[in-house]
Amino acid sequence: MNGLKTLWHRLGSPRWFYQMMKPWQTGLGFVALVALLVGTVWGLAFAPEDYQQGNSFRIIYVHVPMVVLAQSAYMMLGSAGFVLLVWRMKMADVAMVAIVPVGMTVTAIGLFSGAVWGRPTWGTWWEWTDARLVSTLVLLFLYVGLYALREAIPRAESAGRACAVLAVVGLINIPIIKYSVEWWTTLHQGATFTATRMSMPIEMAAPLIVNIIGAYCLFGYLVLLNMRTELLRRERDTKWVGALRTEVIDGV
Amino acid sequence: MHPTRRKRMIIVLFILAGAGLALGLVLVGLGENVNMFYPPEDVVSGKAPVETNIRAGGMVLEGSWQRDGQTLNNEFVLTDRVDAQFPVRYSGILPDLFREGQGVIVEGQLNARGTFEAERVLAKHDENYMPPELAGMGEAAQE
Amino acid sequence: MAFDSLGEFLAMGRHGLYVWLAYGVSVGSVVALVVAIRARNANIWQRLDEEESD
Repeated sequence: MNGLKTLWHRLGSPRWFYQMMKPWQTGLGFVALVALLVGTVWGLAFAPEDYQQGNSFRIIYVHVPMVVLAQSAYMMLGSAGFVLLVWRMKMADVAMVAIVPVGMTVTAIGLFSGAVWGRPTWGTWWEWTDARLVSTLVLLFLYVGLYALREAIPRAESAGRACAVLAVVGLINIPIIKYSVEWWTTLHQGATFTATRMSMPIEMAAPLIVNIIGAYCLFGYLVLLNMRTELLRRERDTKWVGALRTEVIDGV
Repeated sequence: MHPTRRKRMIIVLFILAGAGLALGLVLVGLGENVNMFYPPEDVVSGKAPVETNIRAGGMVLEGSWQRDGQTLNNEFVLTDRVDAQFPVRYSGILPDLFREGQGVIVEGQLNARGTFEAERVLAKHDENYMPPELAGMGEAAQE
Repeated sequence: MAFDSLGEFLAMGRHGLYVWLAYGVSVGSVVALVVAIRARNANIWQRLDEEESD
């Protein structure tokens, strides 16, 4: 318990975070690059085609990692908002700033790749009556809204709190996305992977799993880099950033 | 936990619960109004309006699909597998998942003679993925 | 390999347009995102440099 508490306090320290996360950032970036290259080439060229969809099924190797990540990223964003509102931890605000652009891009890619897959497969790019599609579009709007809200409020502290409230309330959308395919009649199919069942043979699933791991690592890399950048910006007048500057100049 | 933090946490959870409840009510209200499509029964019994843009859905009756390779004209029958069925005409490229025995949704107008003139055909996918060789084996095993 | 030739690979059956459109836009967006976030970091360092020399 005590160890956890120490870690919690340390996570709140910009200087500690900046230094400790550097090797994590580098490592995650490297794993992401390798995994995404392997998974994408494997999925595009080596995985077998689907018996009904043919080769358009290969879009799954982009689509699924992106939409899965889009939801996980939002859950982290919502949790950070919760921590900011309850504990007023500044690091949570930094995390929110860092996650929003990544989550936004990933959600947009998920929606676009899904539409391109839906056209030949279902017969439509987009379907307004499909709850899975619409709730994912709402997720994109939440990300865009969070970005715009922060830009719109000049005072940093107020902006952070306003964003935190929106992020936490937006969490309601996450179970809606997840259960939309069960609660409503949708064109979108149910989950291929569940705890008990995998409706896909391993030679098709393996590249997908590699790309999902790669996507999460890429997310880790980008968010850590973005958080460390934001820390530098916010703490530019402090001693530790000054010390960092000298280190760079001296080539240490 | 510090009392101020506990108070803040309760407020945040309260907001979340309130927003969730409000949204839940909206969705329950909406759920009853969302009419995805007319089933074959409604099309046959005349419940579905004629010469108006509507959606209808059903299973493609086995052996009913006829296509003209040159003009892209397709004709098939949608059934509910009980007693109602109606013919559909569609000109264009069908989605990849269109198959006899599969569920589809058609968008277009029902004409006075009871034929559905579709402008769009949508097919639903299930959560199963398979390479072609495996799929063949599955069918053979079932027969 | 699931394909016999480069031509077949590029054609992706009847689905070349869809597969390459999805992959092209996705890879392009991810690369743009990585570049933008790295540029933001470089930009902060540059600003720190300028402040130092003032």
